Amino acid sequence: MLQTIRKFVIDNYLFGEEGKLGNEDSFMETGIIDSTGILELVRFLESTYGIKVEDEELIPDNLDSVSKIVSFIQAKQSALTREDDNILFQPLEKLPT
Amino acid sequence: MNMQPAVSSDLLRIDPEAETERITGWIRETVFYQLRRKGVVIGVSGGIDSSVVAFLCVRALGSDRIQILFTPEADSSPDSLRLGRMVASVLKTESAVENISAILEEAGCYQRRDASIRSVVPEYGPGYKCKIVLPGLLDARRYAIFSIVVQSPEGETKKVRLTPEAYLGIVAATNFKQRVRKMMEYYYADLRQYAVAGTPNLLEYDQGFFVKNGDGAADFKPIAHLYKSQVYQLAAYLGIPADIQRRPPTTDTYTLEQSQEEFYFTLPYEQMDLCLYGKNHGLSAVDLAHTSGMTEDLVERAYQMIESKRKVAKYLHADSLIIE
Repeated sequence: MLQTIRKFVIDNYLFGEEGKLGNEDSFMETGIIDSTGILELVRFLESTYGIKVEDEELIPDNLDSVSKIVSFIQAKQSALTREDDNILFQPLEKLPT
Repeated sequence: MNMQPAVSSDLLRIDPEAETERITGWIRETVFYQLRRKGVVIGVSGGIDSSVVAFLCVRALGSDRIQILFTPEADSSPDSLRLGRMVASVLKTESAVENISAILEEAGCYQRRDASIRSVVPEYGPGYKCKIVLPGLLDARRYAIFSIVVQSPEGETKKVRLTPEAYLGIVAATNFKQRVRKMMEYYYADLRQYAVAGTPNLLEYDQGFFVKNGDGAADFKPIAHLYKSQVYQLAAYLGIPADIQRRPPTTDTYTLEQSQEEFYFTLPYEQMDLCLYGKNHGLSAVDLAHTSGMTEDLVERAYQMIESKRKVAKYLHADSLIIE
């Protein structure tokens, strides 16, 4: 996941220059990604990892570096898994019809 | 002893009489002797900035050397033409109306914009209205991500986050408006050997709130050094009609009423002015917050936003580059 996200950022915002991006580098401080770039990044994350990024999740704590994105996606995916498990292990009468 | 100046709107106070003298002298020198043009074309939108520029140009060159131009299109508010005409009438200048709807129609401005909107709001169609909005800076520490607000003919509104393609498609299509307006202004400039006046204030100029080769293009920009609140001070001094002074700043680009704050600056202009002043004068967020009534967190975020918009504006300000 980390390599996929790095590759997306490097290909799209650093014109392929691999050495210019540390995994902890803040996109805002380094000016790598502007607001249109965030739109592109969010669309990439949603389509690649099958998640939905809510408006209130559009914050630097979740998206401002490669590492933060990885943690955010992992948290989203594990939340999704828990939701699925809850549905699977519910008593039969509570299963969605 | 703390020598930090008090930070309040007093800091932005100017001597309007002296500033008017300075600007009008500069306009005369620039238009006649640097640009060697016989007068000035000004696109007047009925907003405060273009009205102030028109008043200044008339003071500088005389009303017989000014061509005012109105360029309404299908989405323009009728107020724009009404207030613009008021300016021309008070100043007794030559004026012309060039309705640019047909050019925009032929260029596919409306059709391309609507197709982009439909990619995120499939039901969008005739009778609908729209605008693009950003979350306010006060709204929590969120990225400035654009959404579209649409209103159905029945009055129902809906807000949807834009995809990158939809956002770029809408902006690229609506930018035809500013570029066609500038094309018209240069038609009159060529016809009369006039210069074209640009009307951005400092907030717009510094932060890149203009369309490259659209409203960003001009031969001279006589108020680009003034904060928005300073433009209002000049407006009061110059006697600009009260209706124009009272009109809230608007983009007049989308069919739903849209403030500059929700489209671009994310803060009311008074606060943006103070934050830009603080940033330009090296004031810490703590000092600016302490004396301006804003929170330190808000000032810090405004400083960050100013910096990031400046990065985007660098491309907008860049001339065509050549190999030296």
